[in-house]
Amino acid sequence: MSRLTVRKTYKLFIGGAFVRSESGRYDRAGDFNVPRASRKDVRDAVLAARKAGAGWGSRTAYNRGQVLYRAAEALESRAADFAVPHGEIEASVDVLVHYAGWTDKLAPVLGGVNPVAAPFLSFSLPEPTGVVGVVAPHEPELLGLVAELAPALAAANTVVAIVSESSPLAGLDLAEVLGVSDVPAGVVNLLSGRRGELARALGGHHDLNAIVDAAGDRELAAEIDRLAAESVTRVRHSRPTTGYEEAVRDALDRLEALTELKTAWHPIGA
Amino acid sequence: VATADETRTKLAWDYAPAPESADHVRLRESYGLFIGGEFRDPLDGGRVPSVNPASEQPIAEIAHAGARDLRAAIEAARAAQPGWAALSGLERGKYLFRIARLIQERARELAVVESMDGGKPVRESRDVDVPLAAAHFFHYAGWTDKLSYGVGGRSVEPLGVAAQIVPWNFPLLMAAWKLAPALACGNTAVLKPAETTPLSALLLAEICQEAELPAGVVQIVPGDGATGAALVRSDGIDKVAFTGSTAVGKDIQAALAGRGVSLTLELGGKSANIVFEDAALDQAVEGIVNGIFFNQGHVCCAGSRLLIQESVADTVIAKLWERMGRLRVGDPLDKNTDVGAINSRGQLERIEELVAAGEGEGAVRRTVACELPQRGFWFAPTLFTEVAPAHRIAVEEIFGPVVSVLTFRTQAEAIEKANNSTYGLAAGIWTDKGAKAFEVASALQAGVVWQNTYNHFDPTAAFGGYKESGFGREGGAAGLRPYLRLS
Repeated sequence: MSRLTVRKTYKLFIGGAFVRSESGRYDRAGDFNVPRASRKDVRDAVLAARKAGAGWGSRTAYNRGQVLYRAAEALESRAADFAVPHGEIEASVDVLVHYAGWTDKLAPVLGGVNPVAAPFLSFSLPEPTGVVGVVAPHEPELLGLVAELAPALAAANTVVAIVSESSPLAGLDLAEVLGVSDVPAGVVNLLSGRRGELARALGGHHDLNAIVDAAGDRELAAEIDRLAAESVTRVRHSRPTTGYEEAVRDALDRLEALTELKTAWHPIGA
Repeated sequence: VATADETRTKLAWDYAPAPESADHVRLRESYGLFIGGEFRDPLDGGRVPSVNPASEQPIAEIAHAGARDLRAAIEAARAAQPGWAALSGLERGKYLFRIARLIQERARELAVVESMDGGKPVRESRDVDVPLAAAHFFHYAGWTDKLSYGVGGRSVEPLGVAAQIVPWNFPLLMAAWKLAPALACGNTAVLKPAETTPLSALLLAEICQEAELPAGVVQIVPGDGATGAALVRSDGIDKVAFTGSTAVGKDIQAALAGRGVSLTLELGGKSANIVFEDAALDQAVEGIVNGIFFNQGHVCCAGSRLLIQESVADTVIAKLWERMGRLRVGDPLDKNTDVGAINSRGQLERIEELVAAGEGEGAVRRTVACELPQRGFWFAPTLFTEVAPAHRIAVEEIFGPVVSVLTFRTQAEAIEKANNSTYGLAAGIWTDKGAKAFEVASALQAGVVWQNTYNHFDPTAAFGGYKESGFGREGGAAGLRPYLRLS
């Protein structure tokens, strides 16, 4: 006797919960309906990411590294669930492993003790910039997203990401990997929908600290730049990442763009 | 509510004037644009006198760059860039070492000119601005042949031509902060000094000549805000570095949209200076004074929001007010002067407008009673109490000798109030408890945090802002990154 399959209802991932778009809108992706997120969903996601920031930032670097490594394990074990080429899954897993190892290397590489000409212990350390918006490319739909998520998380930021517009399923499926990887609720928020609409909502959001635009669309890039200038939001444009080497070759650029270097001066002696 | 008269104090101390001699200063009557290694008459720009803000007398006539001048400056920088980058790091470094040495040799002259042109006390120009400018060139001179060590061992190349715009509060020092790392990394530069303070940058151009720096490596193109706006909109630049107001920074960021030009911004601030009840209070009062009255409060990282723990607030305010009464306001060239002239009439009006807003919103104002010179631009040190967090004087950058006092009860409240700002440039912490200082410092959203000191700078220590105070860092290895492409 034939059995009817249980289909997955695709949802947004906001604040650790799987939710429909508050707008009630959806788009068709293959055999599935996916939510078409709204500006309000973007605002809710930024709020969730902001709320999660303090907790994620106060974890030890060792702990954040283990959480990212756990995400790599979870993705590897669920490889069969993703309808993307196996090589792309492998590259995505390896990118997560690479950046898991960065969490406790950032401070020694980007910071250090400043030999100031005065009796002070002065040191500079990288801190997360805060809430990072990610605009993922159409393709590769999984690696293109993971290559931007991983450095943002390794640098202790929280993220609101717009997944691939043309192939959103892999990006939304990633929520289930993160959900079983000890990534705290709100640290990663994933939205599907119309890229232009959502990227503009992100770029113009005044409580966003940085935006990583990997869409590879010149017109959209300029629009994001203009909107970001309203609140001095940091912007990094990145070409869609198509392989492991590309994702890690400029790791320092990806990480540094999402950190703030803080210099502290503490007195020595009275 | 206390009236101004009731709260004014009188200076009781008498000092004989101790003017710094200006005999050794050799200023020309007029300065051209420094392009391609020589001073040139402007092609389409005008000539404007630079005025001494303490006397309102013109000092020298300054050529301003027009559109064709900017094009010529960028072309000169572009032409010189490959040759400059092709020099060995050591040879590039030796030019920068020469510049550092020449700044030291001409230190007294530079200090006097800086104070004449900008109004800051010569004690500060002499002890802070000029020595730190030399130290920055010295520091980055040593980086030229070690660049990859500063960026995690990566291969590096320069970006190309840097357009750099510096403010009027630390004219020579900011020029050094911009030029030294740019040149060290193999870039060439077009630097626009501020409209009201071009002279020390033009003396630096003379120093570049004296150091035999290859023509075109440094261009100095004075002008006003429109000149700066035109410069960042020009073709042929690869990098923009700006220090100034947040409003102009936002305009520049928008102007560069979609152009792929690298950008760093060092913008405004409303920095919290936090005094805990366990601090050494007399030392803290000295730090508060240095935090807000240094350079007339014309400091982006000035400690303009003074947060005092409630239990010691009355004591600290009384001590501070007493100390403020002993500040000496007046002739910038007098070696005993603590607070000099306000940089320009425009800035004085901005300070007056915000102080009036503070009174209008209900804060209590106390201004030191002191005799101010008849001519020039002056504003006596001012303290506001009864300030609410939403008052304009608690939110907006005043950029003058005006401090707003707020109080707090707990450490958590201090952190929350300190971070409650769109800015995030600097902060001060006054406490003798080490563990507490480290905890508070790590919780503050500010690029620089000083414990038991304030307004301390060093070329090895990165400086720059969080949030709307800008992005990118100046100083140390971090200061190389904005001028390098890694591969």
